[in-house]
Amino acid sequence: MANSVGKIVAIYGNMVTAEVNDVVTQNAVAYCCKRRDGVKLKAEIIRLRGKRVDMQVFESTRGLVIGDTVEITPDLLSVKLGPGLLAQIYDGLQNPLPKLAQSCGFFLQAGVYEEPLDMAKKWEFTPLCKPGDSVCAAYHLGWVPEGIFQHKILVPPYVVGTWKIKEIVGTGQYCIDEKIATLVNAQGQEIFVSMTFSWPVKLPMPGYAERLLPEQPLITQQRIIDSMFPVCQGGTYCIPGPFGAGKTVMQQITSRYALIDIVIIAACGERAGEVVETLREFPELEDPKTGKKLMERTIIICNTSSMPVAARESSVYTAVTLAEYYRLMGLNVLLLADSTSRWAQALREMSGRLEEIPGEEAFPAYLESVIANFYERAALVKLYNGSLGSITIGGTVSPAGGNFEEPVTQATLKVVGAFHGLSRARSDARRFPSIDPLESWSKYQGAVLPDQIQIAQNVLRRGHEIAQMMTVVGEEGTGIQDFIMYLKMEFFDRVYLQQNAFHEVDRACSLERQNHVLSLMLEILEHEFSIKTKDEARQFFFQLQSLGLNWNESPWQSASFQEIESKIRKLLL
Amino acid sequence: MRKVYSDIDNIDQITGNVVRLKACNVGYEDLAMIESGRGTSLAQVIKLDGEQVYLQIFAGTKGVSTGDRVRFFGHSMKVSFSENLLGRIFRGNGVPRDGRAPLEENMIEIGTPSVNPALRVMPSHMIRTGIPMIDLFNSLVESQKLPIFSVPGEPYNSLLARIGLQAEADVIVFGGMGLKYDDYLFFRNTFEKGGVLHRSILFVHTAADPVVECLLVPDMALAVAETFAVQQNKRVLVLLTDMTAFSDALKEIAIIMEQIPSNRGYPGDLYSQLAKRYEKAVDFEGRGSVTVLSVTTMPGDDVTHPVPDNTGYITEGQFYLRRGWIEPFGSLSRLKQLVNGKTRDDHRAIMTACIQLYAKCKESREKQAMGFVMSNWDKKLLGYGRRFEQEMMDLKVNIPLEEALNRCWQILAEFFNPQEVGITERLIEKYWPKKYGKD
Ligand SMILES: Nc1ncnc2c1ncn2[C@@H]1O[C@H](COP(=O)(O)OP(=O)(O)OP(=O)(O)O)[C@@H](O)[C@H]1O
Ligand SMILES: [Mg+2]
Repeated sequence: MANSVGKIVAIYGNMVTAEVNDVVTQNAVAYCCKRRDGVKLKAEIIRLRGKRVDMQVFESTRGLVIGDTVEITPDLLSVKLGPGLLAQIYDGLQNPLPKLAQSCGFFLQAGVYEEPLDMAKKWEFTPLCKPGDSVCAAYHLGWVPEGIFQHKILVPPYVVGTWKIKEIVGTGQYCIDEKIATLVNAQGQEIFVSMTFSWPVKLPMPGYAERLLPEQPLITQQRIIDSMFPVCQGGTYCIPGPFGAGKTVMQQITSRYALIDIVIIAACGERAGEVVETLREFPELEDPKTGKKLMERTIIICNTSSMPVAARESSVYTAVTLAEYYRLMGLNVLLLADSTSRWAQALREMSGRLEEIPGEEAFPAYLESVIANFYERAALVKLYNGSLGSITIGGTVSPAGGNFEEPVTQATLKVVGAFHGLSRARSDARRFPSIDPLESWSKYQGAVLPDQIQIAQNVLRRGHEIAQMMTVVGEEGTGIQDFIMYLKMEFFDRVYLQQNAFHEVDRACSLERQNHVLSLMLEILEHEFSIKTKDEARQFFFQLQSLGLNWNESPWQSASFQEIESKIRKLLL
Repeated sequence: MRKVYSDIDNIDQITGNVVRLKACNVGYEDLAMIESGRGTSLAQVIKLDGEQVYLQIFAGTKGVSTGDRVRFFGHSMKVSFSENLLGRIFRGNGVPRDGRAPLEENMIEIGTPSVNPALRVMPSHMIRTGIPMIDLFNSLVESQKLPIFSVPGEPYNSLLARIGLQAEADVIVFGGMGLKYDDYLFFRNTFEKGGVLHRSILFVHTAADPVVECLLVPDMALAVAETFAVQQNKRVLVLLTDMTAFSDALKEIAIIMEQIPSNRGYPGDLYSQLAKRYEKAVDFEGRGSVTVLSVTTMPGDDVTHPVPDNTGYITEGQFYLRRGWIEPFGSLSRLKQLVNGKTRDDHRAIMTACIQLYAKCKESREKQAMGFVMSNWDKKLLGYGRRFEQEMMDLKVNIPLEEALNRCWQILAEFFNPQEVGITERLIEKYWPKKYGKD
């Protein structure tokens, strides 16, 4: 289909309206051509009414003039998929930022778009099937090595029905757009497959046999998550919290220490400086799973707060589409989006310009379904060959005024499987991670036994009640047993739930270690202490806590680890 | 310059500071000049709908008539950039406020796209201010963006002026929004007396000026700052006060344009609008840098008010100004750990110990207020707290970091034993004042 052409009739912020007489597709890509300087600005069609076409422009619309030409392509907003995505840093429209830096210098420039993948690079292809084999959508035709992975070359997921391989190339070096295979169907139709294809970001990618219930815990190496509020591979979770509560640090630490194949970081409308930390450090840090460099398992989608708002809206879709692609190779992908509120705000801005009837806090009425559809793209799936792949989505939420009763938090809570709510009180008291242990929840079964968690939960709940009571009646009015319960709660909180993200040992706690430490913790929580006075009790727990903190900082099963453990056990005698 | 004139008599709507007229060949965000009976004013295109052009009039629409003529420049707002800017004072629209000649050479665009994140570098240089509550406890870092959250009555402007005077910066760009005229004079005089005016540039919108000019101030200031940093490798400090006035100006325009407000009347894009400005704070690799220090007044001391709330989500920490000093609790420099490991080996330890003890002092004060008996430990804490407030927190204190560290050791030693302060043995050995002994 050829491009249609129209003329701009209205401009308001990043919304441009054009009049077009030709065929136009919803969500197709268009270009607004500035007659002043010849620059073409990328846009997406978001509404059609008669001849009038409304578009959101992914750049500043400064300098566009009524009557300027609009070129409308037949293609939906898409990403390009193929080997070479890993370790890339893209903006929300999949422009590689380092390449843009080479062509434009320090500042981003409207209308400059770069090829997302290296078209000239040769990849070492090894076929996995032979002429005559029957294949279907997302079938693995072969693979190329991409960093630490076997990057599977797929039959594009848009292919419908069963096809036979007519020809397939042998082992050798190929560029991504070279022909790899010819497929033919029963009607004698032929299609060619290369190592790359495009996929529209707003359409979930099919190509798997079925969805399964997430059961395998995702180990983040954060005690409070893995033990108390676990997440499963293929599941979803959210981290709402006021500013400065630790959402970004939480995601950064997860992106480093989670035991998963691939991490996709969608820096969506937040600070550019925070992405820089990741950019500079990941090439040096080790992947906890393979020992290779972290960057090799990571893709960064970076559409920070001062970059165009419409591209922020598409950045989360770009990220999830890349995740879906790797899932079809049988890999487990973790998608971290910071912050989904900024994405929702982008929706709100556009909805306002479209003069839609607003819902609460001026968010569009369809906010809930948009959020639900996004999180629904996470799942554990079984592929045609029986192997499994998954996408886990974790999104931060930045509620206005830190109040969780706002539309984005509420809509998100309805659809996620776990809620890690950060509290201002905890972050002010520097109790990090500031996940509120009483408010948060998870619907997933983690790697720790539920009865153990129940014991810990009970102590936390009871201890907090006593703490509340003590603010009224003072220490004097509290019985010694209650006081000990309160100290147990404080101890468990300080030594087990809190974890120092900046300490080289404490920042990552393996599942094995968690199980080991937790069982001793529970012994302490269940221990009947025969302490007589409060001062004595406080002294005792103070000692226990200081040992516990040192224990956390000793390497797993090191001499000091064992030494401290025996000291703790001695205290319990 | 290609200029397009509109016909006379075609303004058909005037609401708030926005007029609507018919014109062709006008670009979005183009600059225009409206000639009315009261004189001329610059204006900017904020919406185009067919032949209808919506213009935001910088000088306001008072006295504008439907018979007025509008001239379009064919480009968006610009500001002159050269060394000649130094020492000068302008209004938000770029017109001199100091009675000297206007500058028209080398006009540069304002409000341009942001820096490519891939080219940012990790901030690594501390900016010393001579204020212990900043240098020692929440270090300011080159290329940081940091607001002072303040209740309206606090001395935030004198604090900002002082930081401007004392911070190590090559160029100071000051942006005043909604300033009382007296405050403007105060800044000008302070910069003059302090001998920094010759390396400062002031863009000032006073409360008496048209509100639209207020909206231009940050973009003018930041465009100039950015150009000094990139083209002349300068370390630029941008001071913006008061960003709440700026946000209120945004609110006003949004309401005139009939945008649906999201929260207490503020437009839904308040976050993006503020971020677009604050994110101009950058360290340019191999070039200069832009650091942004701003003031955000909190109506009703309410940090959940949309302006401080959105600001907190954007900036890299905040200084809370309360009761005349920078609160140690709530104040945060998120970048401090990038620099305070490289100053003096006791910096981090003193930072943590002094604040923890001060927190305990506050607990003791609460107990005291409730009428509980004060233990010896409580008494030590109370004494310490008072001294700490006088000699560290008081904004009059003006000493280099090293002296502040020494002073902290003195105060600690005066009230506590080394075991009570929670500092490692090695540092105690090295720094604990000798005359106080070790027990
Ligand atoms: N796990 C942690 N351990 C130690 N300090 C932490 C931890 N998490 C957060 N912090 C501290 O809190 C500060 C703010 O954290 P972070 O940037 O993650 O907040 P945020 O919730 O993302 O805020 P915003 O919404 O403004 O982006 C950090 O700079 C750090 O000093
Ligand atoms: Mg954050």
